Amino acid sequence: MENNTSRRDFLVNGLLATAAATATGCGNNPFAPEETVALSGEKVKLLSVDGEIIEIDKAFLKPVPHMPPLTNSEERKGIEGKKFVMVIDLARCKNLKKCQEACNHAHSLNPGQNWIKVLSMQEAEESAPFWQPTTCMHCDEPPCVKVCPVDATFKRQDGLVLIDSDRCIGCRFCMAACPYSTRVFNWEEPILEEAVAAQPYSCETSMPQKIGTVSKCDFCPDMARMGELPHCVTSCPNGVFMFGDMNEDSVTNGAETFRFSELIKDKAGYRLMEDLGTKPSVYYLPPVSRNFPYESGLENLSPADKQSH
Amino acid sequence: MIWTYSLILICLIGAFAYYRQLSKGLAVTNMGDYVSWGIYISNFVFFVAISLVGSLITAIFRLSNMKWATPLTRIAEIIAVSAIVFASLIIIIDMGRPDRMLNLFLHGRIQSPIMWDVIVISTYFVISLLLLYLPLLPDLKIMIKFKERSSNILNKLYLFQGSFWRGTAEQFKISERAITILCITIIPVAFSIHTVTSWLFATTYRPGWDSTNFGAYFISGAFLVGAGGVVVAMFVFRKFYKLEKYITEMHFEKMGRIVVMLSLLYLYFNINEYLVPAFKMKSGEEAHLKGLFSGEFALIFWFAILIGMIIPILILVFKKGRKPLPMFIAGIMIVIGAWFKRYLIVTPTLLHPFLPMQDAPAEFHHYFPSWEEWAIAMGTLAGTLLVITFFARIYPIIPIQESITEQDETCMSLPPTKRHE
Repeated sequence: MENNTSRRDFLVNGLLATAAATATGCGNNPFAPEETVALSGEKVKLLSVDGEIIEIDKAFLKPVPHMPPLTNSEERKGIEGKKFVMVIDLARCKNLKKCQEACNHAHSLNPGQNWIKVLSMQEAEESAPFWQPTTCMHCDEPPCVKVCPVDATFKRQDGLVLIDSDRCIGCRFCMAACPYSTRVFNWEEPILEEAVAAQPYSCETSMPQKIGTVSKCDFCPDMARMGELPHCVTSCPNGVFMFGDMNEDSVTNGAETFRFSELIKDKAGYRLMEDLGTKPSVYYLPPVSRNFPYESGLENLSPADKQSH
Repeated sequence: MIWTYSLILICLIGAFAYYRQLSKGLAVTNMGDYVSWGIYISNFVFFVAISLVGSLITAIFRLSNMKWATPLTRIAEIIAVSAIVFASLIIIIDMGRPDRMLNLFLHGRIQSPIMWDVIVISTYFVISLLLLYLPLLPDLKIMIKFKERSSNILNKLYLFQGSFWRGTAEQFKISERAITILCITIIPVAFSIHTVTSWLFATTYRPGWDSTNFGAYFISGAFLVGAGGVVVAMFVFRKFYKLEKYITEMHFEKMGRIVVMLSLLYLYFNINEYLVPAFKMKSGEEAHLKGLFSGEFALIFWFAILIGMIIPILILVFKKGRKPLPMFIAGIMIVIGAWFKRYLIVTPTLLHPFLPMQDAPAEFHHYFPSWEEWAIAMGTLAGTLLVITFFARIYPIIPIQESITEQDETCMSLPPTKRHE
């Protein structure tokens, strides 16, 4: 007995010591004290644990990731209990393209890459033209997921269709399969800041983008985990985008919140290309009683589209 | 010599272009977010189509006891093997991340049509290679026997590949059995490779691709372009290796009739493919069809139809047209028409997406391949021809043993007065 206990003790203590050593030794532990810090001279005022205001040199501050990193399987599984849905009110859109700006900036997209395209649409010859912001539909029967040969694009339990840029082989079958033309390809090396490029890829932020892989709107699951709305929703001054959870039956554009089922019923919400059977998660409210005339959006057309308009 | 050196030059330019593509990414091509598949993919379809000829002439003809086609089997088989190898190469060239190719095997999804293509093409390659090798064994023995006719290196190669073949009745029995089994299995595999390739398009919603006709349409086109390719090869080998005694006018006559039949069959499928949607003119398909018939693609479309099908039919329907030289011309027309036809299958559809092409760079609104794309595409075509050329210089392009056996059999079946040495 004595022998067994002492051997067990030795092993347990040894493992603990090794674990402690590696934990403090690795650079990953943000709470381990640094050996040497070059003082910058700049002071920052902080509130200490005791409630006192203290001044610390800025060099001592280290960025701590605001959330723990998720494993690839967790990213592929999704947020439990949610079924994300987007409602886009076409009566409010004026082609400001603030959504596009915010999305492109937040995801460090290259010039020319737009995950949100604000399209000038006209159903029939005699019907009136309108502006239609188009994101990824995050279909419930996604044709892109069906055809991917390596499971680089996948559907999660929270309804989102995401892309694993570490696995994508760049065959572009998903781009051929998507009827909404929503996917964008990295034909050349993405232009990224060093800090962004150095991070490991996360399916939830879709960053950093990699050359030779495909990308698209991801409904900003990283924002959802923090309890915030996607960048397009918050950046639209006209409240065009409403984002929410079908399980909670609510969508919001930040300022107003609606019961999703009632909104769709009252305003006759519909989905794009319903007859294809893709079952998109984006609903559109028809452009009735519009806030702005269609012409007010013409000035904001991209140069290429101005020519062909 | 000029032939070989120009092919090597084209391959080298292609290799340089590919080096540029590897360093800068696919941006060196003129593909964009709308035309995300370009001439690499249409070249891929073209290669898979041509490689079906192996199953046609080697397997189908052999199983139907069409013995006159025996001298043509090796030509057909090397075209098949070479084409399917370059089909795989051009697909790898088209990938955005060829460095991640192993993901196809580590994380492969069996639900994806691309996986089906990988499986059936690999299978077809193995069977075709065996159908090239097994009938070659008796010929290797003959080459070894006449070792003074070949260089030392070639003799070593022949010994390495075929010294175990002694030509005993036992070995012939096993070989015949194996070849028959391979011939039977290659037919469904051949049908699979081109059907699955057609499904890369038909499993999408796009106008021009969303067709139930695609499997049969592609296969009939494949047999046609393969037969056309064999006719061209027949003429060239016959002329340059002076094989008039083995590839006779009878062979051209018979192949001519077969090519006419295949052209008519392909024409029939084309009529189905274009006339029926044109009758309905669904709004999604209207822009696409009008673009082909009278719009930006009209020139290529009618060129492909006329040069690839109609004129060859008109040439080959007459007996005078089934002589070697007119058939050679018809064969070239069929192959070139077929290449443009494959281009028409891939690009026009992608330029007519469901939603308008807006909020994208202006270059994405049209597509003409860049010099790198042309260089690489032509490089793979040159590579295919180079493999066939080198093969014909190393191995006998006409199956010697099988021709001898067949001549004997034909001889013995004639009455004694009609037999001759």
